[in-house]
Amino acid sequence: MSEIITTDVLVIGAGLAGERAAISAAAEGNEVLILSLVPPRRSHSCAAQGGMQAALGNCAKGEGDSEELHWLDTVKGSDWGCDQEVARIFADNAPIAMREMAHFGVPWTRVKGGPADYFIKGKKVTLEEPREKEGLIMHRDFGGVSRWRTCYTADGTGHTVLYTMDNMVVQLGIKVHDRMEAISLIHDGTRCLGAVVRCLRTGVLKSYLAKATVIASGGFGRVYKYSTNAIINQGTGQSIALDTGIVPLGNMEAVQFHPTGIVPTDILVTEGCRGDGGLLLDVDEYRFMPDYEPDKQELASRDVVSRRMTEHIAKGKGVPSPDGEHLWLDLRHLGEQHLRTKLREVYDICMYFLGVNPIKELVPVRPTQHYSMGGIRVNKDGHAYGLEGLWSVGESACWDMHGMNRLGGNSLAETVVAGKFCGQRMGQWASQQPLALDTKMAADAVVVQQNRINALLGDGLGKANENVDALHDAMRETLQAKVGIFRKGGELEEAVDTLRDLYQRAQNLKLRSSTKGANPEVALALRLPGMIKLGLCVAKGALLRTESRGGHSREDYPERNDKEWLKRTLARWPEGAAEPDISYEPVGLLESPPGQRGYGGATNISMEQSVAKYNDNVKQEWIKQGWHETATPLGAELKEMVEYASTKES
Amino acid sequence: MARQLTFRIFRYDPADPDSKPGFVDYPLEETPRLNLFVALHRIREQQAPDLQFDFVCRAGVCGSCGMMINGRPTLGCRTLTAELPTTITLAPMPSFKLIGDLSVDTGTWFRGMNERVESWIHTQKEFDPTAEEERMDNETAEKIYELDRCIECGCCVAGCGTANIREDFLGATALNRIGRFMLDPRDERDSEDWFELVSTDEGVFGCMGLMGCDDVCPKELPLLEVFAYMRRRMTQVATGQAKPDAGTSQPVIS
Repeated sequence: MSEIITTDVLVIGAGLAGERAAISAAAEGNEVLILSLVPPRRSHSCAAQGGMQAALGNCAKGEGDSEELHWLDTVKGSDWGCDQEVARIFADNAPIAMREMAHFGVPWTRVKGGPADYFIKGKKVTLEEPREKEGLIMHRDFGGVSRWRTCYTADGTGHTVLYTMDNMVVQLGIKVHDRMEAISLIHDGTRCLGAVVRCLRTGVLKSYLAKATVIASGGFGRVYKYSTNAIINQGTGQSIALDTGIVPLGNMEAVQFHPTGIVPTDILVTEGCRGDGGLLLDVDEYRFMPDYEPDKQELASRDVVSRRMTEHIAKGKGVPSPDGEHLWLDLRHLGEQHLRTKLREVYDICMYFLGVNPIKELVPVRPTQHYSMGGIRVNKDGHAYGLEGLWSVGESACWDMHGMNRLGGNSLAETVVAGKFCGQRMGQWASQQPLALDTKMAADAVVVQQNRINALLGDGLGKANENVDALHDAMRETLQAKVGIFRKGGELEEAVDTLRDLYQRAQNLKLRSSTKGANPEVALALRLPGMIKLGLCVAKGALLRTESRGGHSREDYPERNDKEWLKRTLARWPEGAAEPDISYEPVGLLESPPGQRGYGGATNISMEQSVAKYNDNVKQEWIKQGWHETATPLGAELKEMVEYASTKES
Repeated sequence: MARQLTFRIFRYDPADPDSKPGFVDYPLEETPRLNLFVALHRIREQQAPDLQFDFVCRAGVCGSCGMMINGRPTLGCRTLTAELPTTITLAPMPSFKLIGDLSVDTGTWFRGMNERVESWIHTQKEFDPTAEEERMDNETAEKIYELDRCIECGCCVAGCGTANIREDFLGATALNRIGRFMLDPRDERDSEDWFELVSTDEGVFGCMGLMGCDDVCPKELPLLEVFAYMRRRMTQVATGQAKPDAGTSQPVIS
């Protein structure tokens, strides 16, 4: 019999969300164990550059900021697709979480009182930074915000916060088992008991049993051909949740394309480039964004800027290159001092990967897949729909503060806020639970996976006539070509058909290698069917959502339709099915009724129902979908609507 | 005419009793801007599906892909083949336990290092969620960040003469980490504590001064300055010339 490891709380993923949740759960008295595909500090959180949003209001352009404004910017950014109560929890807790990270040791960039030079909307300006705020956490500008509120450490924010967080994990003695991949969840149909885990050093399977299992495995951007994501972001966590047939994934069609992936290689350069004054230029080196977005210009929300760039390229204004058309990011006017300190990683990336010196030259960029708003659907405590004892936080979850588009700097902040908040709720829940040790169920679950691996290493699966890499490439190309920034019904239908076919073919894999241990071909073969399933959830969700909202933009349905589509898509995959079952639920209790974003220029079809009536249905509709009762009642974190006359940017 | 490259790659699977360590040649045609991330994936897809190597961010920030490239430890992802001769020899980094082929266990090593140097802020203060953050001047924050940029890739350890002959040597990455916390006013460890931590043969006085670490650090951390500062400070502590808590917030870099 294979080894069984027990713990109170099992966290899958050692990025920022997973580690912060682990720390909270440990503080509630639980024994916590973290699994990670890679050593924790290599998690993709480390690559986040720009910063974390929190309404501390410490600098001149942050003056008058409040949790209220941060919340409203987030709701607008989401195109009213988010759960507004969750956005409240987030905005209210973000300042505390940032200060706590300062206490833990993050070397945040700090306010320097006195005159300081900035580039704002293409012009050089001198502002007086408040001397009484000297030494507090500094902010930079980001897209879609009414105040400067992005806390940062130069352009290595994710790195410094992750290193600080992992320092805490080491200090607390929380165990991390790295190079371990959870390949299925152990459950009895109502309760999650843990996971079957494959060791990526030896290929050996083990089972981990826990009171609470937390998926914090990040995004699934690698289902696309061109993504800024790390190569480990293959959606392993979302896949094993979907495989239960019970747990739904929320809003999988809500995929974010970041305006500035570099060409080629698709590596991200931060939104902080534009926040600090960088400009977008076309083939004529003309600055086009003010023509499309006179108010926000380069700093509209990411969905809007990416669409405007795509529109502009379609007008023949792209820069031709062997790697496809692109636009330019101009950072030259920011100067050497700024680029070699506050944007140092960006400078290094341009120099090493493009051979472009951004101090003197333009940087080739285009919109590139970047973030998954969708994920494992959880309640406001982070508890997954359908299975008791399964939790999820961070990018792998659909908590859902981002709705159909997230603002830059909000997801890195979400990792520590949700990790702290949901981690505490989960830790409190776990500390009240008995440890269910069903060793037979664990052994059976291991056997299922071992049989899959044995077949792969033996004669192959099914007809054994398909190559793993070929199917992997075909999947990524399909999503790239047909489920991109602008979507059309016909192409989406083709994408669904192609992916359905690829999923069937993935039942007939034949490996070229037979190495038993840490064989990378086996690892990909085990992940591939799950990745195709995620791709199908994206494509089918996109096909059925006949409106345009946030990052989901349909050429054939250009309006945001609040009458019919103020909904969250839920995708489940029943056992043996060829494609996901799609259903819908209300987005959550509305505090702010759907309105105008003030950028993006889209038209809306208004709600017919009253807000009161909409809100009346939320709880019962959610319960039907498997929502668990929360620690505080639904709506407890919402506030009375206040007058937003002060929200206009000063 | 594109160059024909030969990748001479170290292959060994320690889990397989029949596997014998050795180099295997893989031919590959060079394409524009080819880096080792792309090249190794092509070799895996086309020629060696079970070839083990580690990449994560492929952008030079996560520290996963340290390897010996023509004898020098560096990051594979940001190494362009255009900078190399047509024969490119790849081997795993020494000093770390081999997992297989080019993959080494840096995770276990660095967790041990972080435990050993107690890589966290030592403070008696409790976090107060209702209070404003403790202030820090921006110059101090920038100096801490300068040393906090280490990505734990292990190149400095692989390139270290001392670490290659004695397993217990802390290595540049650990000494740099200590330097980072010495600079941090939030850390309450004093000169005596630092002395206990680094003034041994395994610490700063075990260094032979070859400074291979400084040559190979992909993040260009100022290791030469960190070492010089630390040796001088520790000598001052040992000879009674430094006050016990002096200089916890002094700059490492002048």
